[in-house]
Amino acid sequence: MLSKKIDNNSNFSENHINYLNSVYRQRLRIRLSQVGLLVGFLLLWEIAASFRWIDPFFISKPSSIFRLIVNLAKDGSIFKHTAISVFEAIMGFVIGTILGTIIAILLWWSDFFAKVFDPYLVVLNALPKIALGPIIIIWAGTGMRGIIVTALAISLVVTILSTYSGFKEVDQEKVKMLQTFGATKFQILQKVILPASVPNMINTMKINIGMTWVGVIVGEFLVSKAGLGYLIVYGGQVFRLDIVMAGVIILATATAIMYQIIVRIEDRFLKWKQ
Amino acid sequence: MKEERFVDIKEISMIYHTLSGETKAIDKLSFDVKKGEIVAIVGPSGCGKSTILSIIAGLIMPTSGTVFIDGKRVEGTNKKVGYMFQSDHLFQWRNILANVLIGLEIQDKLNEESIAKVSKLLDTYGLGDFKMHYPYQLSGGMRQRVALIRTLATEPDLLLLDEPFSALDYQSRLVVSDDITNIIKQEKKTAIMVTHDIAEAISMADRVIVLSNRPAIIKSIYDIQLTCADGIATPLKCREAPEFRYYFNKIWKELDVYVK
Repeated sequence: MLSKKIDNNSNFSENHINYLNSVYRQRLRIRLSQVGLLVGFLLLWEIAASFRWIDPFFISKPSSIFRLIVNLAKDGSIFKHTAISVFEAIMGFVIGTILGTIIAILLWWSDFFAKVFDPYLVVLNALPKIALGPIIIIWAGTGMRGIIVTALAISLVVTILSTYSGFKEVDQEKVKMLQTFGATKFQILQKVILPASVPNMINTMKINIGMTWVGVIVGEFLVSKAGLGYLIVYGGQVFRLDIVMAGVIILATATAIMYQIIVRIEDRFLKWKQ
Repeated sequence: MKEERFVDIKEISMIYHTLSGETKAIDKLSFDVKKGEIVAIVGPSGCGKSTILSIIAGLIMPTSGTVFIDGKRVEGTNKKVGYMFQSDHLFQWRNILANVLIGLEIQDKLNEESIAKVSKLLDTYGLGDFKMHYPYQLSGGMRQRVALIRTLATEPDLLLLDEPFSALDYQSRLVVSDDITNIIKQEKKTAIMVTHDIAEAISMADRVIVLSNRPAIIKSIYDIQLTCADGIATPLKCREAPEFRYYFNKIWKELDVYVK
């Protein structure tokens, strides 16, 4: 990548090439340090556990976690657990985003509506949704449905509030500009409110990914016979810390990938936002 | 030019209500604008100049009084009226061409013919090469010209300009006000411009209306007659006219500006 970029623009001055090189060197240093930190940490952990500086029974060690992941991969169970949790998370995320955006649009549409619902939304937002867990399980069942509803409960109110406040922040003068052309309320929504809110909506999605996963894992803690949350709770119950750690690592990877997908979408849609 | 009243403003008053009280912004204001004329409204800040434009545009209804445009009473936004704001309000997510087409899009007049027309307008006023650019790639003066073309795209007969150059630096301000006056004259539009810049008002307008402090009433109206060199009456050239100083001092005194 480094040499390619410079070749493409071979008419740069020597100074500029030096500048580019220094930028790339700096990037490389950051990347190497990031990788080094992880490798060093794992190495230290492995050594500490091998020499019994720490008790591997309580803390496990990287090699046994790795071996476990390989074994779980061989019998396919890891894919099952991951797939179930990822599916639940995607469902929760997609439903939460769509439903939240629709409700935010309704609130924007009618100021009266928004004012009436304001105190309820504030209370619901402040309420720790995990407290609703038992109620949700009883109402929505102990299966996948209960878990998706738990995820929704956690992410929905935040989506509504932050999307709505994004709508309200759109420059009123821009709205006025469209009104001078005779725009209807729907046209204002379509031509300025929604497109202007895209950056805010993407930020909301980024927060939402985390929220949804909290919901999924909590839901799986409470009930369920499969999924990463189940794997983690099960590992804790039988005192197999390698299972717990493996679950956490896979979870971290899955959330990071979903987050990256959002970042890609952001890059694609926000080319104009330099 | 026919001496008809194109815009007729009859005794409009505007009172703003808030919970803590009411503010009278405009008090029984009347004036008219002939076709093809550029009228500038100057007045102390906060005297309700922009309110007048909003009322003419039909964005807000006056508390009392009526506005007629081309004989028809204003009761809402009107396709005959184009409004230009202090800042360009270009949409960053649209390229220049798409930005200019927004008005046609809203009025459902988007077709090959209208697109070609707007495209030609961009060419004529030096923006032809920037159609596919995004607003952040353009200078302030260019963006303001794009905003004017966006306003012209729907072919309004009356242009309302709300301090259209105040967001620009001094040099671009002179150049762009020159540009825009020429565009307005070439396209044979009628324009009402609100500004706090006396020199700008004198150099661009055929008539200058001076307003009082709030509640706004008309203090005086000046017919601007400048003898411009070369016979080319561009606003920049007109600033050198011998009468310029006279009008400037008169209006300056009239505005009675002092720092409280």
